[in-house]
Amino acid sequence: MGLEKALAKQGFLLTKVDALTNWARANSMWPMPMGLACCAIEMMAFAGPQYDVSRFGSEVFRFSPRQADLMIVAGWTTYKMSHAVKRIWDQMPDPKWCVAMGACASSGGMHRVYGVVQGIDQFLPVDAYIPGCPPRPEVVIHTLQTIQEKVKKEHSVLQD
Amino acid sequence: MENQLIEKIKESNFHDKIVDVRSYAGEMTIVVHSQDIVAVCKSLKEQFGFSYLADISTVDHYTDENRFEIAYNIVNMADRQRLRISTFVEEDDPSLDSVIPVWGAANWFEREAWDMMGIRFNGHPDLRRIFLPEDFEYHPMRKEFPQLGIPGTLEMPEKDPPKDYK
Repeated sequence: MGLEKALAKQGFLLTKVDALTNWARANSMWPMPMGLACCAIEMMAFAGPQYDVSRFGSEVFRFSPRQADLMIVAGWTTYKMSHAVKRIWDQMPDPKWCVAMGACASSGGMHRVYGVVQGIDQFLPVDAYIPGCPPRPEVVIHTLQTIQEKVKKEHSVLQD
Repeated sequence: MENQLIEKIKESNFHDKIVDVRSYAGEMTIVVHSQDIVAVCKSLKEQFGFSYLADISTVDHYTDENRFEIAYNIVNMADRQRLRISTFVEEDDPSLDSVIPVWGAANWFEREAWDMMGIRFNGHPDLRRIFLPEDFEYHPMRKEFPQLGIPGTLEMPEKDPPKDYK
């Protein structure tokens, strides 16, 4: 390719807009921690120094939904809480992704009772489910990488 | 110490209102009629120093008679004594007098008992539901309530955000 060589000599890099934006998005995931129960403790370990999720390009937890693009719902969601979770989800700017962490968020888990939503996918578009009660931080890191793979395959921004 | 308390209660001015005295695993329970509950609580507080109401709990025995049991767990801080007062109400009229005039702490406990078990407390100043939405029609701790609830009775968020959302 003559163009690439010619540009490279002048210090330019040739790439696609999609590839560049998706690469940037995938490697700067800012999670919104929706810690509702004991899964939140494992989620804190996932962000802490021992497991250090920064190594995989998910730098900081943002407690403001306006600054986050990945919501980790960690714990059982009651009908009462589901309205707050949905409200925070609606406040997050696009593009955004959602993870149901643990058995309770994925399916209601052991909380098979009238007051608990039997899986947050009943009101949120979930991208990844994590099994476990609670899941270990390694699994959360693996899920983050799965989400990153998904982000890298996003459709073209030019089609929006 | 327990026996002393039983003896003292048997000599008290409300001994005729006590139906039964039970002792199990170091826990003492006195059973009274539901119409005497306020008088007995008042005497226990004023004469026996049970100044602290720790909890009010309810049991659904699901029997034809004496279906609901209401238990008042009270503490005498000075003597480090605990006592449980138990009373029963019927299914067709699950109501009894409120003990708020004796212990102010009963307010929220009685609201919880109303919310979960549907027991009415006469004279309660603000008997609203405490956990569930105000328009919920059922009392979920009753035995006949299905474990997974009744579909559609608790509201789920809308799929789309409201149009005027900011």
